Amino acid sequence: MREIDVKQVTEAVAKLCKDSCYYLPEELLAFYKEAVNREESPLGKEILNTIIENAELAKSKDVPICQDTGLTVVFMEIGQDVHFIGGDLYTAIHAGVADGYVKGYLRKSSVDDPVFVRKNTNDNTPAIIHTTIVSGDKVKITVCPKGCGSENMGAMKMLKPADGVEGIIKFVVDTVRSAGPNPCPPVTVGVGVGGNMEKAALLAKYSLTRKVGEHNKNPQYAELETKLLDLVNKTGVGPSGLGGRITAVAVNIEYAPTHIGGMPVAVNLNCHAARRAEMVL
Amino acid sequence: MAEIKYIKAPLTAETVKSLHAGDVVRISGYIYTARDAAHKRLTEALARGEKLPLDLKDNVIYYVGPSPTKPGEVVGSAGPTTSGRMDKYTPTLIQQGMRGMIGKGLRSKEVIDACVKYGAVYFVAVGGAAAVISKSIVGEQMIAYEDLGPEAIRRYEVKDFPAIVCIDTYGNDFYKEGIAKYSKE
Repeated sequence: MREIDVKQVTEAVAKLCKDSCYYLPEELLAFYKEAVNREESPLGKEILNTIIENAELAKSKDVPICQDTGLTVVFMEIGQDVHFIGGDLYTAIHAGVADGYVKGYLRKSSVDDPVFVRKNTNDNTPAIIHTTIVSGDKVKITVCPKGCGSENMGAMKMLKPADGVEGIIKFVVDTVRSAGPNPCPPVTVGVGVGGNMEKAALLAKYSLTRKVGEHNKNPQYAELETKLLDLVNKTGVGPSGLGGRITAVAVNIEYAPTHIGGMPVAVNLNCHAARRAEMVL
Repeated sequence: MAEIKYIKAPLTAETVKSLHAGDVVRISGYIYTARDAAHKRLTEALARGEKLPLDLKDNVIYYVGPSPTKPGEVVGSAGPTTSGRMDKYTPTLIQQGMRGMIGKGLRSKEVIDACVKYGAVYFVAVGGAAAVISKSIVGEQMIAYEDLGPEAIRRYEVKDFPAIVCIDTYGNDFYKEGIAKYSKE
């Protein structure tokens, strides 16, 4: 049994909130630098160059890449041999978010009640926390703040087995095409297939924690990712949705076993500022 | 790239008529910020017959909720938010004399129709390029609804604010044109 003081979790989360909002993942920045050469639209090239300039400026000044520093999504893989001491784990995560957002000059975008009150909580809490228990005595924390421009363009559909892979392809491409400029393309397309309603949605979100260049380990799904990326890039949406070739960075699919009568599919789009930072305790 | 048009805000009727979908512009002068909650309050105030906290005539509204300002900076990161959420309120504000909007994303037919009827333009800025865009904001003043935090109405002094004309007074929509040009479907 390994003991971890929850203070360490608070400090880690606070740092990851700031790091993820200031520093675009290196491999994503490298992707944009390479994509400029492939973009056919002159305006699209200019927009990609602006995205690169913006990421480098934000890093050099320690300021947010985008003003919408999002709701804070926290994935935690907790080794089953870990014992947290010094307080409640979820309270510690929320405290880290509050500390990171207040001291890091990140925008507070969380309202307490979705319908009637809509009062800002003023510290961006609560975080949206997804924990899984794994073997070992380590704790992996991944913080992925996500803005609402892209989140609002997500979609979910309870497809049926007879819809087949064609049904999935149509739904994913339709979702990206109809989202157009709204999710700030080039987007990363997160797709969750299988499970049930909430499982598919969570898989779609989780797929966005992948690094650019990583594919599903199942070759059939990896092939579908490549095919979908090609089809999405044929829509012509392009950078900022003003027309062009580079509509998406990647299509990431995660799948799970499902019911004999179902084939749920969820699409969660991420904007070009796909923020992610992780740490292992 | 196309030639850059340098324009002044507030806009004039002549200026907006000279702009066409796809034009690359740099805006200098004064613009006002407002997003979801401020739009709701502005239109509710109009419905009650109250005077607005700002004169909309010829002015440009920038859809933005900036991040907090770090010490030593003029503003925080301040890129455009998705404009479509303001569609419900926009025709009313255009009727009040608003000449321009800056945001990102698709607009409704009602907004396009109001741009044609009353002479207004919709500019788009690069969403997510918030740190770069902030360089063109050289002054900030709180105007109204300070309790809304990032959603409060502020007046920005801008110098060469980078934008593209998306919807012009002739009813053109540059998103449609741009995407159609590169679609291979």
